[in-house]
Amino acid sequence: MQMKSKIAALLSGLLLVSGVAVAEESLIEAIVTPLRQKEVRPVDNKQYKDECGSCHYAYPPGLLPSRSWEKLLNEKALADHFGENAELDKDVLAPIYDYVMANSAEKSYWKRARKIAVATENGEAPLRITEVRYIKRKHHDIPEKMIKGNKDVKSLSQCDRCHTQANKGVFEADTVRIPNYPDWKD
Amino acid sequence: MKKIFALLCVVAAFASSEASATPATDALLAKYKSEGASKFDAAKAKKDWTKEVDGEDGKISCATCHGTDLTKAGEHHKTKKVIEPMSARVNPERFTDEKKIEKWFKRNCKDAWGRECTAQEKGDFLTFLLAQ
Repeated sequence: MQMKSKIAALLSGLLLVSGVAVAEESLIEAIVTPLRQKEVRPVDNKQYKDECGSCHYAYPPGLLPSRSWEKLLNEKALADHFGENAELDKDVLAPIYDYVMANSAEKSYWKRARKIAVATENGEAPLRITEVRYIKRKHHDIPEKMIKGNKDVKSLSQCDRCHTQANKGVFEADTVRIPNYPDWKD
Repeated sequence: MKKIFALLCVVAAFASSEASATPATDALLAKYKSEGASKFDAAKAKKDWTKEVDGEDGKISCATCHGTDLTKAGEHHKTKKVIEPMSARVNPERFTDEKKIEKWFKRNCKDAWGRECTAQEKGDFLTFLLAQ
């Protein structure tokens, strides 16, 4: 009997703690999603997908910590977004900002997001996903000719050129197909 | 007879340029007029389409990303993302949202020419694109 109540107390305590910690990503959802174990939460916000995805792959917010997104997603920064004008009206930017901040790396339960959160915990927050230590390390062994020198890839920032399931937030090695290098693994 | 033919040509030209117009483009063209634009000039827009301006990474024009055959898809010069055709006939959806059209005019004029386009220029471009 005592045991039971202890467990109950423990469980309710756990729920309380997690309830606070997962304000944005529900614990139930996190637990029942098998891909969470290894991947990144895919983009599920239409406005974000439409606005950001019209020029480039719509990077899942879990790929950067909120300290980075903060620097990117404001009116002034967007007017010079890596050399491009990506200005958004205030009423469009606000919900996108909220969505991204709520799902940034350190707020996510998904495994890769957690790794990115850890990799960016200290020091200056990176502006580019390709500057995140964890991402850099993962691509370390891939020769330059397959990325920069590959006319169908050009840059490490074009995730979905090789990660065939990037739109689902899946970046696992088995899903990688490097254009013009079918045998890249050898 | 010649006169009738000429008249028919004018009617046809008028009809074809109007064919792709939408309530959104009508409203925008009216707005540009109210902002001081005079008669819209598609021929000038066609020239401007390939007018190159010095950008950060060399010369850049509308055609750098959108190409010169507007019925075909273009490609973002940096990200290489496919940009659906600009032709109103091939891609009418592009011309149905006033806000969206204004957003892209603002961004792309600044990117290509380093400044916002005038009401006249935007009207010229829109008229040109609607006739493609």
